[in-house]
Amino acid sequence: MTEPKKEMQKQEAKTPQQGERTSDRPLYAPYVDILEKENDIIVIADMPGVDENSVDITLDKNVLTIYGRVEAEIPQNFRLAKSEYGVGDYQRVFTLTDEVDRDKIHATVKNGVLKLILPKAEMAKTRKIQVKAEGEGGIIDLTK
Amino acid sequence: MLWYDLDKLGRWLDPWREFERMNRFSSGYMTPQTIEFPAMNVWVAADRAMVTTELPGIDPKDIDISVVNDALTLRGSRQPDGLIESESYHRRERWHGQFTKTLELPFPVEVNKIDAKYAKGVLAISLPRAEADKPRKILIKSE
Repeated sequence: MTEPKKEMQKQEAKTPQQGERTSDRPLYAPYVDILEKENDIIVIADMPGVDENSVDITLDKNVLTIYGRVEAEIPQNFRLAKSEYGVGDYQRVFTLTDEVDRDKIHATVKNGVLKLILPKAEMAKTRKIQVKAEGEGGIIDLTK
Repeated sequence: MLWYDLDKLGRWLDPWREFERMNRFSSGYMTPQTIEFPAMNVWVAADRAMVTTELPGIDPKDIDISVVNDALTLRGSRQPDGLIESESYHRRERWHGQFTKTLELPFPVEVNKIDAKYAKGVLAISLPRAEADKPRKILIKSE
């Protein structure tokens, strides 16, 4: 089994192109696994501090945005003696290459992990096009 | 330590802003420090300490917490998702595997009163300060 990399620290999200945020809370880019199944694209994102009520997923055309709000819980009467990570919201934006059936998108959050199932649209599923050779010229004989 | 000093000046502090500033400072201008995984925050009050760490997607049963005097050791693991045929990864960034980290606490703690909570992928360990180590108020008697 491998050991998690030491530098597995939170990365700050890049400033989105539409401008700065009004809130000065930090914004992090969650680490994701994206895997493709026969009929689905699955996105798994580590978003500790987020639950099912604080995550927003939007799909605009083919731009998928994941946004998670995290309320910073500052324990009363405590002072922060050592700080190795920051707490803030999460955001990550992906451009999907496959057509997605947007009515059947399924999202769950468990233990701070978002799992997003994006079923491929029928069109995208049957995209494989058979390439046929045309007549005898299909294969070019280079020896001639 | 910086916190404490600033507090003494009576200045109002927004802890999150402050610690973001410090994060920026340390990541931007100094050599990138490597923090041993998992990153932890330590909160301290007069009678207890609180250690928080972000461990999303772990079964709490797979987390092992042990304390000896003022050393807290955290062990755990996260399994990679099994991949079956006809699946392929586009991206694989999430960590998996085993981790061990030992952290020095600001004071010895009451080992049998430690309380740990795991919610939304965040582990919070509450550690009461050892009775013997608590500051004692000394009464001054008048003669």
